[in-house]
Amino acid sequence: MIENYLIHILILIGIYIILAVSLNIALGYTGLLNLGHIAFFGIGAYTSAILTREGIPFILALIISCIIAGCFGFLLVWITKRLKGDYLALATLGFSFLIYSLMLNLSSITNGPLGISGISRPNIFGYFLKSNFEFLLFVIFIAIISCMIMYAIIKSPFGRLLHATRDDELGLRVLGKNTIKIKYKAMIISSLFAGLAGSLFAHYNGYIDPTSFMLNSIIFIFTIVIVGGIASFKGSIIATFILFIIPELLRFFAIPSHVLGPTRQIIYALILIGILLFKPKGLFGRIDLE
Amino acid sequence: MILKIECLTKRFGGIHAVKDCSLEIEREKITAIIGPNGSGKTTLFNLISKLLKSNDGHIHFNGKNITKLKDYEISKSGISRTFQDVRLFRNLTIKDHLEISLSNSDESIFKSLFKDKPNNAERIDRILKLVHLKKPLNTLVTDLSYGQRKLLDLAMAIAKPHSLLLLDEPVAGVNPVLREEIKEIIKNLNKNKGTILLIEHDMNFVMDLADYIFVMDAGKIIAHGEPAEIQSNKKVLEAYLGD
Repeated sequence: MIENYLIHILILIGIYIILAVSLNIALGYTGLLNLGHIAFFGIGAYTSAILTREGIPFILALIISCIIAGCFGFLLVWITKRLKGDYLALATLGFSFLIYSLMLNLSSITNGPLGISGISRPNIFGYFLKSNFEFLLFVIFIAIISCMIMYAIIKSPFGRLLHATRDDELGLRVLGKNTIKIKYKAMIISSLFAGLAGSLFAHYNGYIDPTSFMLNSIIFIFTIVIVGGIASFKGSIIATFILFIIPELLRFFAIPSHVLGPTRQIIYALILIGILLFKPKGLFGRIDLE
Repeated sequence: MILKIECLTKRFGGIHAVKDCSLEIEREKITAIIGPNGSGKTTLFNLISKLLKSNDGHIHFNGKNITKLKDYEISKSGISRTFQDVRLFRNLTIKDHLEISLSNSDESIFKSLFKDKPNNAERIDRILKLVHLKKPLNTLVTDLSYGQRKLLDLAMAIAKPHSLLLLDEPVAGVNPVLREEIKEIIKNLNKNKGTILLIEHDMNFVMDLADYIFVMDAGKIIAHGEPAEIQSNKKVLEAYLGD
């Protein structure tokens, strides 16, 4: 019983590590205040669910989900490339609401507010991941590969340009670097991995509806990145564990289920406020934002 | 001639910051642009490096019309510049700054990940010696003094492949010792066939360093010539000293 519960938590942690680290690529490393990240997660989830429903093999659906989310990342930068700071945050938040609205209203494709149920478990080249334990191993494998790729990118000379874009975009342009192109690439990488996390989420849950991709979910992944530290790779991973485990400890107290949900939200908010007040760079962050 | 500016004009609303400005910069010379505050010197620099868009006129660099290029394309074409208020990356080290300046393949993720990274250690060491910046390579720019930041800014402009170096008030706000050091650095760059265009308020610094001087006032070039001519030019004295 406790084993199943632990496996469930670890699967979600694995999925959210990919989601948080990919948000950190855009937000922390490149300085793009992107409130639309949850939309990419939703796009990945819906694309994968719809494609597998139509008989497309899981692996292909997973790859297409990443590509579609990446295309939306490209589209978002294309629309917002002249915006910065608060204006960019508002525009990306608008993008997030737009995608939410499409999920809700394109009923013929998304099944509207009822969502998509009966999403199949992954079938990898004929091997069906029936048990949660098998799914956990698969998520761990994908999370490790994803983190290795993202880590290699941020530690490469291109990763150095991401830092420089965040710190002084104009200063970088006069060194001959096309910062718009750099932002496109950063956002595509970020959205692509968010789409991947979305696909895993859909096939684990077996059911998705638009409420999984709303504003409170954005706040949760932002909290992970800020608690771990802006532009801290290690921080995002450790903060995902912390922010999943602390609220789960509430289950050991006799709290009614209708109180548990709001209590979790209060805990996230308190952690976020505490970090911003007493450790604004986050637990492992070194980045000094002006 | 490396740079030719023809009838360049920049208006902010109804005010002409630069008006019908034409000048030519010779190769391997140190050319200075001087003028009182608000005469349009920095605006002219920003027009050359395309941080501002001109309303009229043309800029030719190495025989090519660069008027319509974007700021980063201007930089890639071979114009390197510094800023009066240095623009550095506050969370990066000295080494990171110089690696970014030296690299021309870091914008490609594929090349960044899979291509052998060039060993720039020797070049970085040589450039830091040239600008007399004696700090460990892993020092963050936030741990540098104002003067050291000026030197790093200059080092980055030198490191970036270029054939024309624009220096925007290179000794503004620095102490007299560093001022002399920067003067020697600029002279050495010129000795090594570097072409330098600089803006500076410090008249003694300019007269001592420049081969040729353009004087601006109210957005226009009012005089040009060798330092000795400029020093005795009546128009210049009127504009610059208010006589």
